[in-house]
Formats: sequence, C-alpha cells, structure tokens
Amino acid sequence: MHNASKHLLFILAPLVVVFALLPGVYQNHLLLFNFVIFLILAQGVNIIYGFTGYLPFGYVGFFGAGAYGFAIMVMHLHTPAPLAVLVGGVVAVALGLLLTPLLRLSGAYFAIANLAASLAVLHFVANPALEGITKGPYGVSLTGTFNPSHAYYAAVVVMALTVGAVVYLKNSPFGLALQAVREDAVSASMAGVNIVKMRVIAWLASALVAGLAGGIYAWYVSVFYPDNVFSGEFSIFAIVFALFGGVATITGPIVGVLILYGIYNLIGFTTPQYFQLIYGLLIMGLVLFLPAGLVSLATRRGWHVP
Amino acid sequence: MSPEKTPILEVSKLVKRFGGFHALDGLSFHVVPGEILGLVGPNGSGKTTAINVISGLYAPDGGEVVFDGASAGGVASHKLVHRGINRTFQVPKPFLSLTVRENIQVALAYGGATRAPSIAELLEDFRLKEVADRPAADLNSAQQKMLDLTRALATRPRLLLLDELAAGLNPAELDWIAGRIKALAATGMAIIVVEHLMGFIEQITDRVIVLNAGREIFEGTLATAVREPQVIEVFLGGEHAH
Ligand SMILES: Nc1ncnc2c1ncn2[C@@H]1O[C@H](COP(=O)(O)OP(=O)(O)O)[C@@H](O)[C@H]1O
Ligand SMILES: [Mg+2]
Repeated sequence: MHNASKHLLFILAPLVVVFALLPGVYQNHLLLFNFVIFLILAQGVNIIYGFTGYLPFGYVGFFGAGAYGFAIMVMHLHTPAPLAVLVGGVVAVALGLLLTPLLRLSGAYFAIANLAASLAVLHFVANPALEGITKGPYGVSLTGTFNPSHAYYAAVVVMALTVGAVVYLKNSPFGLALQAVREDAVSASMAGVNIVKMRVIAWLASALVAGLAGGIYAWYVSVFYPDNVFSGEFSIFAIVFALFGGVATITGPIVGVLILYGIYNLIGFTTPQYFQLIYGLLIMGLVLFLPAGLVSLATRRGWHVP
Repeated sequence: MSPEKTPILEVSKLVKRFGGFHALDGLSFHVVPGEILGLVGPNGSGKTTAINVISGLYAPDGGEVVFDGASAGGVASHKLVHRGINRTFQVPKPFLSLTVRENIQVALAYGGATRAPSIAELLEDFRLKEVADRPAADLNSAQQKMLDLTRALATRPRLLLLDELAAGLNPAELDWIAGRIKALAATGMAIIVVEHLMGFIEQITDRVIVLNAGREIFEGTLATAVREPQVIEVFLGGEHAH
C-alpha cells in the first residue's frame, strides 16, 4: 500500500470517524466543535509554517475574514449556510492574495507584519462607518441559519479536507518542493522550483482553510463581535498546538491539539486558579526541551513519524 | 574543444555592481558544448558573481548573457534551470532537513529534464549511496558538495557551473572527481570550473579565463597563462594583498 493510502486509512479516517461519532456519546458539543476548529487551524498553520517556514502570527485574520464573509452573505443576501461558508473561504483567499507582498519578508518581520495586517482587518471590520455592512463594533446576530449540529458536521468535513491536504503535502513532490523552498529558497530555484508560486499556493491554501473554519464558526455561534472572531488567541493557540506536536508532519498538529487543548480544558475545569501558571509552564517546557515538538521524541530515536 | 562549434553560452561586457563597487566590470567570454572552461583569479575577482549572474541569482547591471541563442540575463533561476543551466555553490546549500534522496527528488520532479538520470545512478556515481536516507545535515562538507552536484545533474543541464567544487577534497578524491567532470563533458555538457587548485585546473580544463577585478585579463591554456607577466603579477599581488 502507498504511504498516502496508509496515512488516509490510519490517521485521517479514524480521526473523522471519532469526531463524527463523539457528539452521540459526549454532551459538551461546543467543546467538541472547538476541538475540530483547532484541528483545522493547527493544520492550516502546519501548511504555511511547517511546509514553508512562514510563521503566521496574524493567522486569525483569515478566520475572522471567513466569519464575516459568512455573516455578510447571510445577513444581506440570505445565502444558505453551506454556500456562505464557501464564500467565507473565498474572502479569506482574497485577503491572502492582498497580503502576498508580505511573503517577501522573512522570519520575525513576516510574523509581525502578518499580525499587523490581521489587526488592520479587525479595525476595518469593526469600523462604525461600516455598520450598514458589517454591523461594525456592535456585532453580528444571524437569524435563519442557526444549526449547530450541521455546522459541526461541516467542520468535520473541512477538517477531513485539511488533513487530506497535509497527507498530500507529506507524500507528493509538491510537498517536498515546498519544504525545499523552506530549507533554502536559492537552492530550491536551482532545483527548478518556482519559489514565488509555491509560497503563494501554500499561503492561499492555509488562508482558505482558516476562512472556511471562520465561516463555520460564524454559522455555529451565530452571535459574535469583531473581537471574538479576530481574537489573537486563535492564532496563538493554533501555532502553539502545531508546534507542540511537531510541524511538517501529519500527526504532530493533531497530537498537539488533542493533548494541549485537552489539558487546557482539563485544567480549566478542575483547577482554574492555577490555569495560566500550569499552561504557561507547559509551553515554556516545550520550547526549552522539545523545540521540534512531541514527534521529535520519536524521530530522535530514528522512528519515522508520518 | 573544437573552436568551430557554436557557443552554448556567450557573455558580453557583463557588469554587476554592488553599491558603487564593480564586482563584474565588462566581462566577456564564451563556452562551447563539451568544453571545460576554467575561471581563475584571486579572491574577490568576481568568479562567484559571474556564476550568480549566469545562473539568474542576480540580474546584470549591464552587458548580455546569451544561452543557447536566447537572452538569459535577468531571467529567473528556475526558468534558466529548465532551459539547461545549473550550478553548485562555493558553500554547499543542500536542503538540510530533507534526506539525500529527497534532495535529489525535488530536482528530478521540478528540474524539467525530459530524460532525467536515475536516482540510484546519481547516488552511486557521486558516492552518496550509503547516506541516501540520511538528512543532508548529517553529511560532511565534501559530501554536501557532491549532493549539490547531483541536484544540479538531476535537472540535466547543458551548462554546468562548478564553484570551487574540489576545495577540501584529498588527492585521491580530486582524481576521482576530475574523472567524473571529464566524463560529463564527454557527453557534450559545457562546464565552467572555478577553482584555486592549479594542478586540478591543469588536469581538466581545455582553456582558462583569468579574472581580475571583474575583468578578463587572459584567455588561453593554463600553461601559457602562468607565463604571462600580467597574470603572475595579479596572483602574486593577490596573495600578498589577502
Ligand atoms: N551580494 C554581494 N553584496 C556586496 N558585495 C558583493 C556581493 N557578492 C560579491 N560581492 C563583492 O564582489 C566582489 C567579488 O566577489 P566574488 O564574486 O564572490 O569573488 P570570487 O568568487 O572571485 O572570490 C568581492 O569584492 C565581494 O565582496
Ligand atoms: Mg567565490
């Protein structure tokens, strides 16, 4: 069997089955939904950071753009929710296109510029002058689409597509070329790789999945403010989860979300008073002792981690 | 080789400036298919810059690069690779976290070669078989240079630019790589070799260009070059100055 088929069968399929069945046996559906959203976002970060090396500190910009793309379609055009989700994805891709000049920057400069861009989009959307279109700072309250259960399954579908995309990157010359660009852009061009094109494709793909996730999030919650869907916590969490598990792998970001978001909720429920402390220590420990993520525990021993 | 052949590369009056400094200052030369041309000159004379311009890393500030009858100055590197130019780097630049095999696979998949060589053959020919599945970061510098070379060859170049490939090799390895380079030229590949080891240059080149301060000061065989007062002056002066 090909590696890609193995990855689809033993990683993607179980993940989808588990999250499709869990709502039937576990009552906290919002928590499950958040897990799925973070699985999507962490894999989106994986695509752009793990495979091309750009750290998207303003990743939430795409998520928020997707949420507002959804909301505007529903409010003004009464678009059916699934179609509005797609529009959310398209809006995020359009924003990604607008931001492609950022890809000329590298390292911290890119991260900071991306953060600034996401704040700019937030302030644009929250501008009272745009009340007629976005409802400005007063927030969105959608009627007619509210259906958390459909939104949840839509999220599972997008998660499946996103993980599928990462399986493709992990098993294709295309994914290899992206990593080559990340490792050494000059050498990649001497391997015949069009580095600008590759970076833009990865950037837009990661924008698309965040936009779809944002649209689905808007569908699920139906009532939200700009600060909710443009909250920097989405970027930070998605990045930390992906890094914790280990990027440029399929399993790393999944493991990262399941463990870290799991612990996050566990501490939150049991000992909320120590919450920030424990969580902070955990992340510090990770950065200090496992900079390449949990999967590096295995790769250091020479095991291959998909 | 035979001077009646049409040049695959023709460089004329090439200028490359960094700030006000002329790294290349009107450089002209040509190479024909199957020829091994030596590019020698003291440190800082512009050898690497010439390679960088010809391989599309820098756009020239003046002059022309014509490859295979079409202009190649300022064309993006990956396009030049597809047209048949490739190179190695003075300081090797492999994809460090990818395995040796994956390094070559990228070039095979994206290099645009119609009859690409096989990975097994490249690994075997350049002594990388044992380390094929190790990350490139694990290789020593000489092996990394060989990996640069196999990545270049995977794209089936018709013009190959070697920037100090032999530096750091022991005498036995030098003989071996000299044989490899000659074998490549025998297939019709034009090769430009930048090297400081004169014995090595002597062994493999048909002709040399001596560069000084971004200009050609001599063109001919190495044996004649070393008797030119101007060349001797530049090399002795160069050695004292650096
Ligand atoms: N990217 C660059 N920026 C500024 N100066 C450069 C750059 N590349 C080369 N130079 C300068 O151009 C001159 C020629 O360099 P180089 O071509 O590397 O010489 P060589 O390879 O012959 O030793 C040197 O003085 C070098 O410092
Ligand atoms: Mg040099």
